[in-house]
Amino acid sequence: MTAAPDTAPDSGAGSSGSPDDVLAVRNLDVAVGGRKLVEDVDFTIRAGERVGLIGESGSGKSLTALSVMGLLPEGLRATGSVRLAGVDHDLVGADEARMSRVRGKEIAMVFQEPMTALNPTMRVGRQIAEVLLVHRTRPDRASARAAAVELLAQVGLPDPAAAAHAYPHQFSGGQRQRVVLAIALANDPALLVCDEPTTALDVTVQARVLDLIVRGVQDRRSAMLFITHDLAVVATACERVMVMYGGRVVESGPVREVFTRPRHRYTQGLIGASDLTVVDERGRLVTIGGSVPPAGQFPAGCVFRNRCASATEVCATRPEWVPTGPDSGYACFHPVSEPVSEPVSESGARGTGMTTNKEAGRG
Amino acid sequence: MAEQPTSATLAPGSKTGPVDAISVRDVTRDYRRPRTSLLRPSPPVHALRGVSFTIPQGQRFGIVGESGCGKSTLLRILAGLDRPTSGSVAIDGRDITGLRERQLRFVRERLQLVFQDPMSSLDPRMRVGDIVAEPLVAQGHRNRRERVAELLEAVGLQADAADRYPHQFSGGQRQRISIARALAPRPKIIVADEPVSALDVSVRAQVLNLIADLVDELSLTLVFVSHDLSVVRHVCDRVAVMHDGQIVETGSTEQVYEEPQHSYTRRLIAAVPTLGKALSGVSAADLNREYRP
Repeated sequence: MTAAPDTAPDSGAGSSGSPDDVLAVRNLDVAVGGRKLVEDVDFTIRAGERVGLIGESGSGKSLTALSVMGLLPEGLRATGSVRLAGVDHDLVGADEARMSRVRGKEIAMVFQEPMTALNPTMRVGRQIAEVLLVHRTRPDRASARAAAVELLAQVGLPDPAAAAHAYPHQFSGGQRQRVVLAIALANDPALLVCDEPTTALDVTVQARVLDLIVRGVQDRRSAMLFITHDLAVVATACERVMVMYGGRVVESGPVREVFTRPRHRYTQGLIGASDLTVVDERGRLVTIGGSVPPAGQFPAGCVFRNRCASATEVCATRPEWVPTGPDSGYACFHPVSEPVSEPVSESGARGTGMTTNKEAGRG
Repeated sequence: MAEQPTSATLAPGSKTGPVDAISVRDVTRDYRRPRTSLLRPSPPVHALRGVSFTIPQGQRFGIVGESGCGKSTLLRILAGLDRPTSGSVAIDGRDITGLRERQLRFVRERLQLVFQDPMSSLDPRMRVGDIVAEPLVAQGHRNRRERVAELLEAVGLQADAADRYPHQFSGGQRQRISIARALAPRPKIIVADEPVSALDVSVRAQVLNLIADLVDELSLTLVFVSHDLSVVRHVCDRVAVMHDGQIVETGSTEQVYEEPQHSYTRRLIAAVPTLGKALSGVSAADLNREYRP
């Protein structure tokens, strides 16, 4: 099993580990037909902890989030175990009736595109009040409406009373995302799942929404799972990070550890490629050769080996998870050698996992 | 290339010596919203409010701004797809503001566009070879097959890509196809509108390097539009920061990045998250706080 932390209970899916654990994901697989899209994902998030999940398109990060929410599209099947504190059943395989009692109350989610997450025909105040009334956390309409206005004020919308009477199309993208956040935070969820919540936003608006998200979960001591492809956003908003590639978690650990001393060759390449200040003598950026294969078509063994310059025959077998701490470790046969203390900006540029641009687009 | 600028079409501001690739003089563009009242017309939207700048031949010029700042309107006007309400635009010294579509042909040859989303800007029912050759067909070029092979090679795709369809390629490869199409008529100016915003991190670096290589090899003038100041800093020599339909600051990218003069530029730079900043302890709240020197 890859990412099994040493705290994993021996009996597997049964009891949860420490009383502080909010979310415990064990051996999660997502498959369509016989094809595995997510494999052996294993992690724990504790109360008040902010954990990032990074990866490029096709890495399986969104499928992981959707299986936690029980929102996988038709035809995809999750196996393994997802336990949430305060919920007495496994979320994997739970029926819609049970999931709908959990969703919006124990777990809430903020998606990338706020316009599709909101109902265009309903005033936003009513949409926020709805989530309070459905879960019966407010006794009546009037108090739910009042709470909705209060929530809109918390996410910093000017004139919240008037905003509650407006329709989603009357807001800008950033304001809509704040409304979605207000709905997500309405019932003080134990876990907030954010899937690329700021990707579609302008930089100054992104800063605003990130700040609100972090403050929102801190105030409630909620756990957060934050999914993005943007390393800088994860480093800003989270304490711990998991790197996904080809449906597996290939490395995880504290943000500072992973981003300054990456062990997996993919993490190293990713950090190098996203650093726009490091260039070679011709002024060109460091790149990872090739492109992310389509879902389900990653090589057997190490999923990164067809793009990795350090790969050898041994990489055709699957690398074991090497734990380096309670929540950290990596799965690589040829990890980046033990750290020499060096500044961040250079860490990605060295090593052999890179090619120059000319070969890059082929194949 | 057939353009011989006559004195009549020379832009009023052009000097002797090499003509500027692009020269924009005091351009405004007003849009009218549909009316919402029977009694009075709706107020106009001032998308551009007196924009002026010049881009010398061979420069890499960045335009930075957030949504709604007018950068897309400006691009459309530069490419001759829209007309300014007032002011003038000259490409290679020739004023394009008063010209009819047929007279704009030299612009279509000299200046080509690369768009943000390579999925929606490539026709899904055309083969890649035909997509890349389309500008050549419109302009009546011969030997298109050879030119297409040459272009695919130049952007790092295999020759058999010509027989395949856009959906068979990844995002980065599709953006390479858009670049090949833009280069087909041998333009001297490339206008790229957020060309790497939709790409994965590992592919973004590849495409940025490709653009840099091509600009060097073909001595192109590059206009690079982005909301991401750090990408513009890497790619461009000079940058204009747009806000609310106006250019609030221009200068060399280093200078604008290191010593931003305008308060909006400062806020924009302060709001960009970077790994370095995050690891030195900058939180989301710090990014959001307005920059105070």
